[in-house]
Amino acid sequence: MKLQKNTLYALYGILDSASRPDEQMPTGEIAKTYGVSPHHLAKVLRALVRAGLVESVRGVGGGYRFTGNARRLTLLEVIELFERVGAGDHGVPARRRGRRAEVERALGTVFAEIDEMSRATLRSISIATMLKLIERQRPA
Amino acid sequence: MSERRKTPPGDAGVRVRNVQAGDLEAVIAIDAEVTRLRKPDYWAEIHRRYGSGRRQQRFFLVAEAGDGIAGYVIGEVRDWEFGSPRCGWVFAISVRPGARLAGVGSRLLEAICAGFRGLGVTKVRTLLARDNHLVLSFFRSQGMMAAPFIPLELDLGQA
Repeated sequence: MKLQKNTLYALYGILDSASRPDEQMPTGEIAKTYGVSPHHLAKVLRALVRAGLVESVRGVGGGYRFTGNARRLTLLEVIELFERVGAGDHGVPARRRGRRAEVERALGTVFAEIDEMSRATLRSISIATMLKLIERQRPA
Repeated sequence: MSERRKTPPGDAGVRVRNVQAGDLEAVIAIDAEVTRLRKPDYWAEIHRRYGSGRRQQRFFLVAEAGDGIAGYVIGEVRDWEFGSPRCGWVFAISVRPGARLAGVGSRLLEAICAGFRGLGVTKVRTLLARDNHLVLSFFRSQGMMAAPFIPLELDLGQA
């Protein structure tokens, strides 16, 4: 599964700000940490503000602060602000007949199964769980 | 009139111990509250198999918190199941809804994992429905990751 750039930037922003919930993170600092365009990141962060997951604090020392509930907010919810997961339509038009329809129907069943697993996995992992996973995988 | 909920006890007030026959009614009540189905016969059988006598590879633990039983966990060590070397399986864990978000589930899982470790087991597994978001999230929060297995099923139709 490959995420779109906007989605990935949103996850960077959410995970970074949620790891330091008492601090305002300037866009430039987050962009520098992850090696991404500050302009592109700023656009994504504004979308997260509109979704109520971060707030923008203006002025000196300002930046973005996480306002969501890290134990409740899931990866799926963040990702689906930007793209659908398992959005593929695996159905076969009713008018289609013959061998092609049979093959497509069977393939659709398999791909729908993969989509369901992807959604279930992303729905089961909260931002707090992700922060723990990052911590656990940090090289000693 | 709204039901007055007890404040969830803090993690420090939780004591995990082996189930006793007198706990069964509380366990049945927690299960019934969560699943909306009372299953006294099922629980009597589970208690017979996992909670009584010398069951060295089997665990049926309850968490005491406040003035009663707040949750339970059941599991066992299984050898070579699905071709897997000896590992611990958790097949039931539940916390009374009014006692959640107080660390009861974490304490229960820690306790059964300690029991598994005591038997020389270094891996714990579980299996649950993929739409069981609450419990899936709980196990994930405890560090569990996808196991190298894929559950499969076959519709057998009518006999």
